[in-house]
Amino acid sequence: MTQGRIHSLESFGTVDGPGTRYVVFVQGCPMRCMYCHNPDTWAMSGGTMMDPQEIFNQYKNNEPFYKNGGVTVTGGEPLMQVDFLIDLFTIFKDGNVHTCIDTSGIAFDPDNAEWMEKLDRLLALTDLVMLDIKHIDPEKHLELTGQPNENILKFAEYLDQKKVDLWIRHVVVPGLTDDDTYLYKLGYFIGGLSDLKALDVLPYHTMGKVKYEKLGYKYRLADTPAMTQDEAIAKKQVILDGIKARRKEDGKKEET
Amino acid sequence: MRSEWEGFVPGKWDREINVRDFIQRNYTPYDGDESFLAGPTQNTKDLWDQVLDLQKKERAAGGVLDMDTKVVSTITSHGPGYLDKDKETIVGFQTDKPFKRSLQPYGGIRMAEKACSDNGYEVDPEISEFFSTHRKTHNAGCFDAYNQEMRACRSSHIITGLPDAYGRGRIIGDYRRVALYGIDRLIEDKQAQKDSTGRVMTDDVIRLREEISEQMVALKMMKEMAASYGCDISKPAKNVQEAIQWTYFGYLCAVKEQNGAAMSLGRTSTFIDCFAERDLKNGTFTEEQIQEFVDHFIMKLRCIKFARTPEYNQIFAGDPVWVTESIAGIGVDGRHMATKMSFRYLHTLRNLGPSPEPNLTVLWSTRLPQNFKKFCAKISITTSSIQYENDDLMRVTHGDDYGIACCVSSMVIGKEMQFFGARANLAKCLLYALNGGIDEVTKKQVGPKYRPVEGDVLEYDDVVAKFMDMMEWQADVYVNTLNIIHYMHDKYCYERAEMALHDRDVKRYFATGIAGLSIVADSLSAIKYAKVEVIRDEDGIITDFKTTGEFPKYGNDDDRVDDIAQEVVHRFMTAVRRHHTYRNGVPTTSILTITSNVTYGKATGNTPDGRRKGQPFAPGANPMHGRDTHGAVASLSSVSKLPFKDAQDGISNTFTIIPGALGKEDKVFAGDIELDLNK
Repeated sequence: MTQGRIHSLESFGTVDGPGTRYVVFVQGCPMRCMYCHNPDTWAMSGGTMMDPQEIFNQYKNNEPFYKNGGVTVTGGEPLMQVDFLIDLFTIFKDGNVHTCIDTSGIAFDPDNAEWMEKLDRLLALTDLVMLDIKHIDPEKHLELTGQPNENILKFAEYLDQKKVDLWIRHVVVPGLTDDDTYLYKLGYFIGGLSDLKALDVLPYHTMGKVKYEKLGYKYRLADTPAMTQDEAIAKKQVILDGIKARRKEDGKKEET
Repeated sequence: MRSEWEGFVPGKWDREINVRDFIQRNYTPYDGDESFLAGPTQNTKDLWDQVLDLQKKERAAGGVLDMDTKVVSTITSHGPGYLDKDKETIVGFQTDKPFKRSLQPYGGIRMAEKACSDNGYEVDPEISEFFSTHRKTHNAGCFDAYNQEMRACRSSHIITGLPDAYGRGRIIGDYRRVALYGIDRLIEDKQAQKDSTGRVMTDDVIRLREEISEQMVALKMMKEMAASYGCDISKPAKNVQEAIQWTYFGYLCAVKEQNGAAMSLGRTSTFIDCFAERDLKNGTFTEEQIQEFVDHFIMKLRCIKFARTPEYNQIFAGDPVWVTESIAGIGVDGRHMATKMSFRYLHTLRNLGPSPEPNLTVLWSTRLPQNFKKFCAKISITTSSIQYENDDLMRVTHGDDYGIACCVSSMVIGKEMQFFGARANLAKCLLYALNGGIDEVTKKQVGPKYRPVEGDVLEYDDVVAKFMDMMEWQADVYVNTLNIIHYMHDKYCYERAEMALHDRDVKRYFATGIAGLSIVADSLSAIKYAKVEVIRDEDGIITDFKTTGEFPKYGNDDDRVDDIAQEVVHRFMTAVRRHHTYRNGVPTTSILTITSNVTYGKATGNTPDGRRKGQPFAPGANPMHGRDTHGAVASLSSVSKLPFKDAQDGISNTFTIIPGALGKEDKVFAGDIELDLNK
């Protein structure tokens, strides 16, 4: 079995998928999102190497807590460790556990046949993907995360083809990702995804800041205030408007 | 049947004192939601404003508004007191006015004097003289009997928080009996109990006969006290208002005479609900009226106060009374015991606002109805004022009519009581084991002069063997100290009001307690899995440690260290069980130092787990702060592995979480609710 490079394990996850979940944070991520609140998971080295079985055993110890939840792998970027994920989810699915991947989609590599074959195997073991789209605009995305978003959007469409249940997550950061035009465009894009089950709009918070200080990294959003609950609700509505507009158009197309 | 009982299903309870039988035959489980609840009446709001105003004045006055310095508090010592007589539907204060603290010198005159002088009052010299010369107190009795070793252990804090200068508390009278039977019937019953004692006058029989006589005096005084408020409690309560009032009078008598470390109420809500259901059916009262009675009752419980010293308040981190009320749970016949009254009690947290007192405790079971569970969660999120206890665990030993005293001590109401025993500082005991009984702070030889550890690196097997020996000694001196304390408390500060509301032959738990469990577990884990070098001072006493390497820490669901914690609890309990206990009390232990963990930490030196001298212990059975790195479930899982059979007096875990970490707010987050995109 392939070992995973693990940052940490959280036994009481309530915000990473439906119900109370066992959450596996993997170590290593190619994205450098300005607002990332887990910069300690960036480095591709470090962490602890763990067997999938060992992780499952820890889950199993407290299984009654997760009866309305399951397991979520987040990070870090889970899809950087596809082999490990396949082994991990094989065990969890054998145990009849709801499985979820929380990903940025950055690792999606449609031109790599071997990787795609693995991805298909993994998706067959996955009940839910939570895809975090950082920005709909390619240039803004590059600026914000250090990576292009082309493959990420393709990944969303690929998941749609594969009929995988999908949640879209989006963090709204004042001044960075809260522009109504782009939010509407984001909504318009995801409105075309037929297996979209939920939209998770996360207001930016400043709790990650201390981690940067500890790691000696520069925190580029030092002056950015947290987003309030009410603002986030308003921003969510803009995305929803985009979704609805797209759905309406698509509906008309089907009629004609 | 008596006229007051019309409409109730008869049973054993109408022929013998048996409140549980009454409840089981008459209560109505409620599966519905909270929509029936009524808000506060104008009178409730007015009265509560008055209480808030008094609270404000009390804080402004430095924590105490008024103290009685002349009248020794008894059940009948004070005339009636009111907030606003015309508005109160439930009446009664400890003294003749609200927020005036009573004078209770039977536990110890010096403590009573100090409680006054520290707050700027002075006990009447005649009373001081009387309780120093003519009437001995519990405290004086204890110190007459203590030996040198006990005194040394007490002052070095290896045994700590002992109830030898204040009331031991933790005894819950079955206050419901007053409402169901009326005092006259209870006196008849006590007379029959007295007439039925053994005929050979052994010490035990003599003591029992004297105690029952005391109890009967207390019952008569209860009647007199209630009469001063215009209530005739010689007969059973006729309706829900009287049921609440009679029950409260019973409790009020207890707190007029005992300034106990915890003065808990019991399990009254489902009992009271039987009366409420009958009244609703008969049209006697409306829901709004019933909620008003409950609000006024809870308001009174929030006004229970005692005269205490700043040191006492430091141990307990505040001025707690522990008016614990146990709610819901599951009956042994499988029916749940959540009633409308369970909702009404919790609803007071909204009608009056959040409050730590009374300590509303839900006896939780996975089998409670979903609506009630949701309601509890909702109230918890908005008020942070509910305590939860595991009914599925306790029902096995205690059945379905037990209540919680203080925070976790379970006992069958009216049939079991407890001798409260504070706690043994196990972290210090571990240090004594390393230093051969020498105290690491005072450098005095307190414990036995066993062989200390030799060499510079601690060996696990060696340390464990020495620790077990030292724990045997600690348990020995601890239990013997408690034997003296409870002997003297019974003799000089007997809880006649509470015991009057018990059966004749009660089961007595002999409670002990543990402080510093997570420190000991982590320290032993460090010694076993990492390398711990000792650092000795100039006298050769180990005062510090150098720990290198990683070691598993309690609180992460890791059996390597959790097993150590379980073994320590088991070994401690085994050591306690080997001793004679006063009145053949059944030994139990608790792991529950919710507040005093701070002061215990102050008196304890550096420990091998890396905790520094003076740093607080973790509360109760909690992992040490910040060492549980795998989230709440893993942390709770470590705690839940501790064996209840060896800690039957309770295991507590203090759990704090920001609401956001319990899940997202539904407005922002669609979550598992499907998006409705087609509108």
